[in-house]
Amino acid sequence: MCTYATVQTVLEGSAKGPQSSWFHVTDGTIYFDHPVHAMAEHTLNIDFANPAQGPAARVAVELTAASARDLVAAIEAALDSAPAELKV
Amino acid sequence: MSESLCAETVMISGEGGDEIEAYLARPTDEGPRGAVVVIHHMPGYDRGTKEIVRRFAELGFDAICPNLYWRQAPGAAPDDAAATARAQGGIPDEQLIGDVAGAAAHLRALPASNGKVGVIGYCSGGRQSVLAACNVDLDAAVDCYGAFVVGTPPEGFPLKVTNLVDQLPNLGAPLLGLFGKEDSYPSPEQVVELDEILTAHDKPHEFHSYDDAGHAFFAVDRPAYRVAAANDGWEQITTFFTTHLGG
Repeated sequence: MCTYATVQTVLEGSAKGPQSSWFHVTDGTIYFDHPVHAMAEHTLNIDFANPAQGPAARVAVELTAASARDLVAAIEAALDSAPAELKV
Repeated sequence: MSESLCAETVMISGEGGDEIEAYLARPTDEGPRGAVVVIHHMPGYDRGTKEIVRRFAELGFDAICPNLYWRQAPGAAPDDAAATARAQGGIPDEQLIGDVAGAAAHLRALPASNGKVGVIGYCSGGRQSVLAACNVDLDAAVDCYGAFVVGTPPEGFPLKVTNLVDQLPNLGAPLLGLFGKEDSYPSPEQVVELDEILTAHDKPHEFHSYDDAGHAFFAVDRPAYRVAAANDGWEQITTFFTTHLGG
């Protein structure tokens, strides 16, 4: 199936992207659809991007649904373990 | 028929007179012959799509695929261009119609053209193939598992996709539909619904739904590839285009 399902969010941070260079991440696109590379029919895909720097300023990940949920749990666990005063 | 062909990147005039990139493949022998516009899938103007364009040339047709994401991401890698287009909400239907019309005009202006042009699209391009055939002067159309020709797209997402039910009375070309019975979008029920609507409108169409196949069964570089469905599908496409476009 071609889900078209897409969610967008504003992000603030950095990613290490093409040509091993860091760039400022401003936008995230999250979608469940066909992957380009992963060997699964559908994956949870995340683009960490900076559209102002052009289409190539993008770090893309394609995760199976199960591993995407594991990632969400791991992110939540890591955030929960940090002292409250550091989580701004 | 010679098996020699020529494949190249060209610029064509698309919607609004915009110059956009396109991939053109042609048999090297003299015509006259029919031609095919290939609409790429949502992952973009990629290697697999260009292989399909060359296959149509090998089958004896002039064939072209417009880069639907050229405006959003000129010169970008296909996957980056697809990501950019998705983040910007996808391709407006009006733009797709104009780009396919421009591609068809480019094909009809080629020296070997017999004047007949068909369209084929895969995945999101399947819906766009039907959309084009409802709005552009075309001689045949193929929909490979396009979602939301009928049915209701999800709400609340940035991609603005509507179904084509209100446009189907304007379908101006015979339609070949190729679907996987294990697909959910379009589901087998939606394929039946489309079949019934086209029959009610007295639109010539021919559908094939394959066992043991889901979405994207033509995609040779993806786990969804199903050799039996893809081989039979290619035979159906070849017969259909040869019948309606000439060899």
